[in-house]
Amino acid sequence: MELYNLTAHELSDMIKNKEISAVELTKAQLDRIEKVDQKVESYITVCHDEALKKAEEIQKKIDSGEINSPLAGIPMAIKDNICTKGVTTTCASRMLYNFVPPYNATVVEKLNSQGAVLVGKVNLDEFAMGGSTENSYFKKTKNPWDLERVPGGSSGGSAAAVAAGEAVFALGSDTGGSIRQPASFCGVVGMKPTYGRVSRFGLVAFASSLDQIGPLTKDVTDCALVLNAITGHDPMDSTSADIEFPDYTKSLINDVKGMKIGIPEEYIGEGLNPEVKNAVMNAVKVFEQLGAQCETFSLPVTEYAIPAYYLISSAEASSNLARYDGIKYGFRAEKYTDLLDLYKQTRSEGFGTEVKRRIMLGTYALSSGYYDAYYKKAQQVRTLIKNGFDKAFEKYDVIIGPTAPTTAYKIGEKVNNPLEMYLGDIYTVSVNIAGLPGMVIPCGMDSKGLPVGLQLIAKAFDEATLLRAAYTFEQNTEFHKNRADI
Amino acid sequence: MMEYEVVIGMEVHAELSTKSKIYCSCTTEFGGDPNTHCCPICTGMPGVLPVLNKSVVEYAVRAGLATNCKISSFSKQDRKNYFYPDLPKAYQISQLYNPLCTDGYVEIEVEGKKKRINIREIHIEEDAGKLVHDEWGTETLVDYNRCGVPLIEIVSQPDMRSAEEARLYLENLKAILEYAGVSDCKMQEGSLRADINLSVRPKGQKEFGTRTEMKNINSFKAIVRAIEYESRRQIEELESGGKVEQETRRWDDNKGISYAMRNKEEAHDYRYFPDPDLVPIVVDEKWVEEIRASLPEMPESRKERYITQYGLPEYDAGILTSSIKLANFFESALEKTSNAKAVSNWIMGDLMRILKDKEMEADEIPFPAEYLAELVNLIDEGTISGTIAKKVFAKMFDTGKAPGTIVKEEGLEVVSDEGAIVEAVKKVIVANPQSVADYKGGKEKAIGFLVGQVMRETKGKANPQIVNKVLREELNKI
Repeated sequence: MELYNLTAHELSDMIKNKEISAVELTKAQLDRIEKVDQKVESYITVCHDEALKKAEEIQKKIDSGEINSPLAGIPMAIKDNICTKGVTTTCASRMLYNFVPPYNATVVEKLNSQGAVLVGKVNLDEFAMGGSTENSYFKKTKNPWDLERVPGGSSGGSAAAVAAGEAVFALGSDTGGSIRQPASFCGVVGMKPTYGRVSRFGLVAFASSLDQIGPLTKDVTDCALVLNAITGHDPMDSTSADIEFPDYTKSLINDVKGMKIGIPEEYIGEGLNPEVKNAVMNAVKVFEQLGAQCETFSLPVTEYAIPAYYLISSAEASSNLARYDGIKYGFRAEKYTDLLDLYKQTRSEGFGTEVKRRIMLGTYALSSGYYDAYYKKAQQVRTLIKNGFDKAFEKYDVIIGPTAPTTAYKIGEKVNNPLEMYLGDIYTVSVNIAGLPGMVIPCGMDSKGLPVGLQLIAKAFDEATLLRAAYTFEQNTEFHKNRADI
Repeated sequence: MMEYEVVIGMEVHAELSTKSKIYCSCTTEFGGDPNTHCCPICTGMPGVLPVLNKSVVEYAVRAGLATNCKISSFSKQDRKNYFYPDLPKAYQISQLYNPLCTDGYVEIEVEGKKKRINIREIHIEEDAGKLVHDEWGTETLVDYNRCGVPLIEIVSQPDMRSAEEARLYLENLKAILEYAGVSDCKMQEGSLRADINLSVRPKGQKEFGTRTEMKNINSFKAIVRAIEYESRRQIEELESGGKVEQETRRWDDNKGISYAMRNKEEAHDYRYFPDPDLVPIVVDEKWVEEIRASLPEMPESRKERYITQYGLPEYDAGILTSSIKLANFFESALEKTSNAKAVSNWIMGDLMRILKDKEMEADEIPFPAEYLAELVNLIDEGTISGTIAKKVFAKMFDTGKAPGTIVKEEGLEVVSDEGAIVEAVKKVIVANPQSVADYKGGKEKAIGFLVGQVMRETKGKANPQIVNKVLREELNKI
C-alpha cells in the first residue's frame, strides 16, 4: 500500500520500527502534494523547507528517545484560520493575504510538542463562512472523489487533503458543521469536540460561542490520537474547560452492546436525500446487530436551529471581524479620502460577498431596536435546543443521524442560492448551538460513488462514548478503507 | 425671569492602579515609547483571546465597597462596538447588562448639611490607545500603550443641583478612590476624567428637562466652568423660546465654551452584546468580606478623628483628609512631634501654596514628613523664629535637606546671646529718638515698633522675648 494511504498510527509504527524515517515520510508527503495538489488545490501555503527541517529535528529526538509520541514525525495540515507562528495565516481572505502571526495557536504548540510536522496551511471558505470552500479568495478546492464537486466546507481544504493523501491528518474548525460536513463529503473521520474541550486561542474567531477546533483523520484511532494531543485546559482561553480528560485511545473498544442510540425523527424526514437516508439507516442496522438498542425519537425545536444559528453566528462575526479595518495589519485599500472612506474601501475590497452578507446580517441583528427580536430571541432558542438535547441524553448514550442532506454537490451549483446553502447545515448546527461533541465517520457510498458520513452526537465532554461507538462501527465495516482514486 | 434648577449627573472614569492590563500581562505604567507596552492580545491581533485579570475585579470591588455599593455576585462583560483607529478590536469590552457594583452613594456637605449623591453603578472596562499626529508629515500614528489599561466607570444618579455640588462630589469621590488604593486619580495624566450630564428645569417641576452630555473634562476648575456655562446656555435657550437638544457636547476649556459635536461623531449604535470570549464574573461573598476588611479608614471618618483627636477645626480637617497623600503626610509628621495644630498650619499654608505654585502632588514633596516635624520642633524649642522658619521651609523644598542642617549651614539659629542683642538695641534707640520719646511719654505701643526694628537689625534671628526684655531694660536706663 502507498504511504499516502496509511494512517498516523500505522506510519508511527513504521517510524518506531525504523522502516521509514520522519524525513523520508515528510519528503514522500511533499511529493504527494506536488503531484496531486494542482488537481485538488487543498493548500494555500506549503511549508516545504520548514517541514523538512522540522522532520530532521524530530527524527533526532525520536532516535535519542526524547520524544515518544504517536504523532512524532507525522505530516499534518492546518486549516488556514489557525495561527502558525512565522507562517502566513490568511483565513482564505484578501483581508489577511499577507498576515504572518507572531504566535502559535495553542493547538499548534501542542502538536509541535508532540512532534507532528506541519506541511502546510489548507484552504477554507473565507473566515470559515460557508459549506463548500468556494468562498475562498485564493482557490476552489476540489473533492478528491470527483474533481467537479465541492469538498464541503468550511474545512474543505483539511478534508480534501486527508482524503487525497496530501496530509496524514488535518485540523479544522467547526462553527456550524465545518469539520463534520466536509468529512462526510470527503469520506474521512471528523470530530467537533465539546465547546471548551480544545483551546480556541489562535483560532481566528468567526463565532466565538460556537467555534471549536477538531481533527480530520483517516480513521477513528487517529482521531483519538489527535484529540489526545490537542485537548486540555488553556489559561489563555477563558472558555476552555478546566476539567480532566481521559486518554481517548482507551475508548477504542469494539463493543456497543447495551448502548442506547437515538435517531431524531426530524433528521430523517423530508429534505433528506434517499440515498443518504439509506446509508444512515443501514448504519443503524449495523449498530443493532452489534447489540445496541436503537430507536427513533423527536428532537423538538430542530426547525428553529438554522435561524438561531445564523443570527448568533452572524452577530458574533460582525463584531469579531470588525478589527479588520486596514489600520494595523493585512489588506488596506490603495485609494481613500479620509478615515471613514479608508474603512469603507478596505472592507469593501478586502472581504468577499458571503462574509459581507453575514457581517450585515449580524450588524442588523444587534442593532438597537432589533436586538430583542433577533439576537435575544435566538439565545432563547439556544436554551430550548440545549434543553432538548439534555432530555434526549437522559435516555440515550449517543444520537446518530445524517451529517448533511446530500452528498457532495457540483462546484457552482449552489453559489447563487445562499439560503439553500444555509439549509445544508440543518443536521449539524444544533450540535454547536448546544456545545456538544459531534463526530462523523464514513458509512456508505451513493450511486455516484460519493461518500456518505454518519453523524454521532454525545452529551457534553463525552467524546469517549462517541469514539467507542465510532470505533466499533469501523471495526465491523469496511467503509473507512475506501480511498479516493486520485 | 423664571427660576430654574440645574440637574447634574456624572460619569467618572478612573484608571485602576493594577500592575498589569485588564486582559493581558502587559504593564500599565504611564509613558514608555509608543507601542512598547503592548502585545498581540491588547492590540487585538487575529485569534487572540482576553483573559480577565483578577486584580481588576478586586480593585473595582474595593471601589464599590468604599462607595457603599452592592457587589454583584454574578456579572458579565459586554462588547461596545464602534470603529476608531485607537480601538484595535473595534469594540471595547465593558459592562452594560450586569455591572459589578450597583446602588452606592458618596456623601457631600452642602451649607453645613450632609447630602447623599447616589451611585447607580460601577463597571469595569478597558481603555483605548492614543492617536499621535506626526510632527513631520501628514500621517496620524497610533500608540497602543494605553490599550487594555483597566478603568472603572462610576455612574451617579442625577442628584447634583449645582456646580458646587458637582465639584464636592468629584472631590470626595477622588479622595475615596485614593484612600481605597484603587486609582492614583491624576487628572493631568487622564487617570481620572469626568463626563457631565446636565439639564435644567423650572424650579418645582418634577420631570427632568432634556439633557446634554459633556465629555472628558479633566480638571475641577474646568468642571465648574463647564457646568456654569452649560446651565446658562440651556436657560437662555429656554428663555428665548427655544428647546434644548439632546446631544453630546465638547467642552473647550481654553475658549470657555461648549459646542455640539457633529452628528456623525455621536450617532453611534454601539450594538452591545455579551462578550462570548469571556465567562461571567462570579464574586464570592467571603472574598468580598476579605476585601472589605482590608480597606483603610475612609476620608470622612479620618476627618472626624482629626477633629476629636487633634482638636483641629473642621475646615482644616477637611482639607487635610481631602487627599490620602496629604493625610498620610500629616500623620507621619505627628510621629515626630505632638504639635498637631502647627503641623496642620504648615500643611494648610506654606506647603499647599508651594505645591500649587509648582503644580506638584503631595507625593512629590521632596522631603519626608519627619522634616516638617523637625521644623515645628525647632520653632517650639525656640531655636529659630517663625520668620526664619518660613525661609527654612522654602529651602527644604528647594534642596530636600533637613531643617536642622539648613539652620546650621546658614547660621540661622536664634540669637539669645544678650550681649549681641544689647548692641542692636542700642543702635535702634539712637536711630529712633521719636519712638523712644513716645514710649517714655507713656505710649506702650511704641515698644512694638522698636522690637520690630531690632528684629530687622538682627535679620530676624534674635529671640523676640530676649529682645523685649533687653529693650525695656535699656529704655528704662535712659
